[in-house]
Amino acid sequence: MDFKVLIYILLTGVFVNNYVLQRFLGICPFLGVSKKFDQASGMGIAVIFVMLCATAVTYPIQKYALEPLGLGYLQTIVFILVIAALVQFVEIILKRFIPALYKSLGVYLPLITTNCAVLGVAINNITDGFNFVQSMFSSLGVGLGFLLAMVLFAGVRSRIENCPSPKSIQGLPITLIAASIVSMAFLGFSGVIGNLLGVS
Amino acid sequence: MPILIPIIALGAIALLCAVLLTLSSVFFGVKEDERIGMVRDCLPGANCGACGFSGCDGYAKALCDGTTDNPSLCIPGGDGVAREIGEIMGLTAGDVVEKVAYVACNGSCAPEERKYRYEGIKTCRAANMNYSGDRFCTFACLGYGDCIRVCPRDAITINEERCIAEIDPKKCIGCGLCAKECPNNIIHLINDTSTVVVKCSSHDRGAQVRKVCLNGCIGCGKCEKTCPHGAIKVENNLATIDYEKCTGCGKCHDVCPVKCIHFGNFICGAHFE
Repeated sequence: MDFKVLIYILLTGVFVNNYVLQRFLGICPFLGVSKKFDQASGMGIAVIFVMLCATAVTYPIQKYALEPLGLGYLQTIVFILVIAALVQFVEIILKRFIPALYKSLGVYLPLITTNCAVLGVAINNITDGFNFVQSMFSSLGVGLGFLLAMVLFAGVRSRIENCPSPKSIQGLPITLIAASIVSMAFLGFSGVIGNLLGVS
Repeated sequence: MPILIPIIALGAIALLCAVLLTLSSVFFGVKEDERIGMVRDCLPGANCGACGFSGCDGYAKALCDGTTDNPSLCIPGGDGVAREIGEIMGLTAGDVVEKVAYVACNGSCAPEERKYRYEGIKTCRAANMNYSGDRFCTFACLGYGDCIRVCPRDAITINEERCIAEIDPKKCIGCGLCAKECPNNIIHLINDTSTVVVKCSSHDRGAQVRKVCLNGCIGCGKCEKTCPHGAIKVENNLATIDYEKCTGCGKCHDVCPVKCIHFGNFICGAHFE
């Protein structure tokens, strides 16, 4: 049963509660770096990585520092601080020890520092009352969902570029329209996962 | 004083982060060679790639990590830049041979030089795919300006009177991008101290050249006989100058019956100023 719940949390993060397309968090990188497939996938992988690190750090801080002191209301500010510092730290470590990975993640790491999807997943894990393992699975699912949305949308955008649209909606307008259609398509997933696994 | 608790807690977390970041940057930081920035500042920043590296940044990096130890590769920068880089890197700068490009074609707008009217995409590469372009001469400048689009210094224009590309030697920095772009390979680089160029690339026989062009090289060999230094030879129906031997006397220009050997100040480069 427990395992089933973990799978449920993971798949829900990917499809049903897709942060970009259903909760509308992290729209900035979604529109900004989805022009090319390789950039989009690089950004997606970097986000998964940072989300996992951020959850692993923020969850203990919430449970063992903020809640015992009765400082739950400082959650947002502390999480922003910690995530920003963490990303910087990870960047320094990667640059030193795994330069190849650092190069492939490139500019995306610092971009993620203040990404609201990362902060959102850290806070939502607490709000949803997950335990530590569930939180990690939730982060992984949300990260995979972000990667999926980025990669899908990179494909959509390259198609848009090949088909000239009317001048008045070229550029950002047509991108936003396409994003809304992809978002509506994802509505179809609601309820599917729960029924599939028999978990509500 | 309940307000003190959050202040202290937040302060402690912030301090912890700060200490962590400071320590990690001290212990794990990667030191970048500061000379890269200094060398980069000396370079002209045209990113033309004449040095053989991927732009000015690439050249600066290659110099600093020892991929190359030649500070005189920047042709647009010339002697001055080579000397500055040499000082930073502690290398001796050789003499930079400054180059200028010229278009080896002497065509005109005369309609009898055209075999058809080209209405397609206005690029030389596209025009060249349709029976080697719209001029009868297959070695001619097509005049649709592919070279203009790659020139980083706007040194190339289409001469309206002659319908061929023309390079302003005062603006040309000798990067050679146009020479690489030209589909007919008729843009050549020469040392900017040269004064004589053959403005034709046609390897056709004289009679054929006469038929398709008003002033192309017919390979008559007058220049070869006149040259006192043996610097000009007719090879494969085209006069070719050996710039090692050429003294720039201009006698070949005087005898050329079709006036396709140009002589004079027209190649004096931007580097002279």
